[in-house]
Amino acid sequence: MADIKIRATIKGETTEIRALMIHPMETGRRKDDFGEVVPAHFIQLVTVALNGKTVLEAQWGTGVSKNPYLTFRLKGAKVGDKISLQWVDNKGQSSSQGAAVQAG
Amino acid sequence: MNHKQWNRRAWLQGCAALLGMLALAPLRALAAAWNKAAFDATKVDAALQGLGAVQVGPSRDIILIAPDMAENGAIVQIEVESRIPGTEAIAILAEKNPTPLIANFVFSNGAEPYVITRIKMGETADVRAIIKAGGKYYSVAKKVEVSLGGCG
Repeated sequence: MADIKIRATIKGETTEIRALMIHPMETGRRKDDFGEVVPAHFIQLVTVALNGKTVLEAQWGTGVSKNPYLTFRLKGAKVGDKISLQWVDNKGQSSSQGAAVQAG
Repeated sequence: MNHKQWNRRAWLQGCAALLGMLALAPLRALAAAWNKAAFDATKVDAALQGLGAVQVGPSRDIILIAPDMAENGAIVQIEVESRIPGTEAIAILAEKNPTPLIANFVFSNGAEPYVITRIKMGETADVRAIIKAGGKYYSVAKKVEVSLGGCG
């Protein structure tokens, strides 16, 4: 699916992973144009793995902005290693995307 | 003959049900791990309790970068870096949000205790980072002035 953009760039020993997820991140408190409360719909769990081994596990609430953005850093990766990200939201929907580590 | 067919059908149905359960299992396991008590908490203290952070001390080894002023509370970029040895997790809270706990990041296998993300803020408040290191908790806060709340 095209709803996750992920890039991993290595500089020296450090790999920087940047990801953008397309998701409404509804709090369950917002009202639409008709005054109806929009049900909560937000990502709860994000897992990032390097070559299948978990490096980051995030739990999110409704306070993460719409279309969540995430950057973090990693040691021990090599060019060509596989980074993968998966999210699961409160409705049980999920998505995943992978990328190869690139030279910076 | 009939008996044999019935057995085969029952066996196939059993297999299908088992496969279905196996396919769902990993998602269920993940979903069960979400810390509902901490994220649903409406007070900072309750959120910290939900995280297991009962005694939180100050630290100068946490770098929290947040804007002094945010025109739009819907998107406030927060950067947190911990220089505390053995940092395992970074949590981010906006103290006056309806549910203060925003995110908890757990690092492993070579990931550095460093994160940038964007959060919603309902009103002017302290943004707080809670670091878990060696089973202890440390924190730092920074006030962010919000012109237009973004909690909707």
